[in-house]
Amino acid sequence: MTDAAVATDALPAPARVRPRPSFRAVFGITVLLLMSASALLAPRLAPWDPSRQMLLKRLRPPAWEARGLREHPLGTDHLGRDILSRILYGGRVSLGVSLSSVALAATLGVGLGLSAGFFGGRTDAIIMRVVDVFLAVPYILLAMGVVFALGPSLLNVILVMGATRWVQFARIVRADVLSIREREFVVGARARGNRAPRLLLRHVLPNALTPIIVVATLELAFMIIYESALSFLGLGVQPPTPTWGWMLADGRNYIATAWWLATFPGLAIMLTVLAVNLLGDWLRDALDPRLRL
Amino acid sequence: MLAYLARRLLQSVLVLLGVSVIVFGLLHLTGDPTRLLLPLEAREEDVRQLRALLGLDDPLWVQYVRFLSHAVRGDFGLSFKHQVPALGLILDTLPATLELTAAGLGLALIVAVPLGILAALRRNSLLDAICSIGVLVGQAMPVYWLGLLLIMVFAVGLGWFPAAGREGVRSLVLPAIALGAFSMARLARLARSGMLEVLAQDYVRTARAAGVRAFVVTYKYALKNAAIPLVTVVGLEFGILLGGAVITETIFAWPGVGRLAVDAIFSRDYPLVQAIVAVLATLFVAINLLVDLVYTYLDPRIVYVRRAR
Repeated sequence: MTDAAVATDALPAPARVRPRPSFRAVFGITVLLLMSASALLAPRLAPWDPSRQMLLKRLRPPAWEARGLREHPLGTDHLGRDILSRILYGGRVSLGVSLSSVALAATLGVGLGLSAGFFGGRTDAIIMRVVDVFLAVPYILLAMGVVFALGPSLLNVILVMGATRWVQFARIVRADVLSIREREFVVGARARGNRAPRLLLRHVLPNALTPIIVVATLELAFMIIYESALSFLGLGVQPPTPTWGWMLADGRNYIATAWWLATFPGLAIMLTVLAVNLLGDWLRDALDPRLRL
Repeated sequence: MLAYLARRLLQSVLVLLGVSVIVFGLLHLTGDPTRLLLPLEAREEDVRQLRALLGLDDPLWVQYVRFLSHAVRGDFGLSFKHQVPALGLILDTLPATLELTAAGLGLALIVAVPLGILAALRRNSLLDAICSIGVLVGQAMPVYWLGLLLIMVFAVGLGWFPAAGREGVRSLVLPAIALGAFSMARLARLARSGMLEVLAQDYVRTARAAGVRAFVVTYKYALKNAAIPLVTVVGLEFGILLGGAVITETIFAWPGVGRLAVDAIFSRDYPLVQAIVAVLATLFVAINLLVDLVYTYLDPRIVYVRRAR
């Protein structure tokens, strides 16, 4: 966290360039790698076809329970589909959609934040008011309305999630650029006759990358939750593609009789988000401890 | 101060104008709104008549100005589904949502702030470790999953609280916990880091060196200054919770604006969706304006900093 900002009474330790990755960071990165690998390799790892319905084996509990079957380690759902396989495949959607929408949000936000901070004046005023507008509108309702109007497809979900979450990037980049543009190397480059696009891309942007990377990581965690929320409400990527949010929504109907339906996909979401957050915390501490997010 | 107040007010009005553009656009995103109102087999002539009646043939900006002039008077039209003014429906359900949001935020503050401060004061203790694990888990826990788990354990399993509905204080407990957990984690983290930062300041050390009692230093000098970032975040947090209420209310069948919104979206009740987005955004803007004013009161430096820039 922000421990780095606190002075200690001890003598100053010999200067270290980067803090060693903590246990938390290692844990986060390991979980994240495992999750990504299992999502990528889902077709090879999954014991069953995630959409295959085996009605004779419906609502079987996990293997360690009395009625559990060894071939379905995490049990089966109300249509007799294998939960483990669905979670593995669901990770593809969750991580894929979240990564794409973070990329979109970052592109939009960085572009607008750069322009606002660099050009200042009226450009800045207009962009920052738009930022305020997007902060004020309840994004989940806006996203639901838009997705419902356009139809819930993979692409629309990514577009809407990206278009409602660019604000964080714009704010942090603008704040950074405001100070960078006054620094000598930018002033110098400008004096040498460099035009705005080159100044921005060659001199300003590279120096604003650190907070962008950190925000992108934290936003990724957010997007995973966001995607599942849309899915949970029935407005995400549509069946038969398995998604974690959709699995939770299914599980909701069997909450009194089959706890495993809602528990395991939720656990998958939580572990992934936790891992991404740990990675984000570590990146922030390692790259720029003064950054307060 | 007055100039700052005027500028902040003007900003808020501009933001609300921007919101109105988004809200207006929402209806037109669906293509032809008349198709939503008329049955599928409606004749072409009826469609044309309704279009003229609703003024949909006018230029877009004329329609927008008309929409805006109605909206500022609180007139968002009739709900397609309920056939009553949309604003009335919202005002009926808003108290339930505000109750839930306030309970969630209140709970978050009551638990998070003392915990965060204690964790900062006893840094690296067992309490600090437990607190930071709680923060990590709380921030990774999606509200819909936490809601389901709470229902599973405390409603279905133990039967302590009802799983759905809004009857009495007991029915408020589970939804408030589900909604407030995320904020709780964030506020605890913020309280801890804010307190640590303040405790490391020179004036705290000076006060200690001058022999001011530890209790006074901690609770009078440090706490006051650590509260400043918390106040701003509370305003933003309230907005986030209003959004989060959409999902919480769906899970717990809580009869608030969020559930009304989800229902409106699925029944293509666009005037109602528009009105809800507008009302929630206005609430958010108003609360943040208020928070900013409290903020300048708590930290008089703010106004000068902004003026200097």
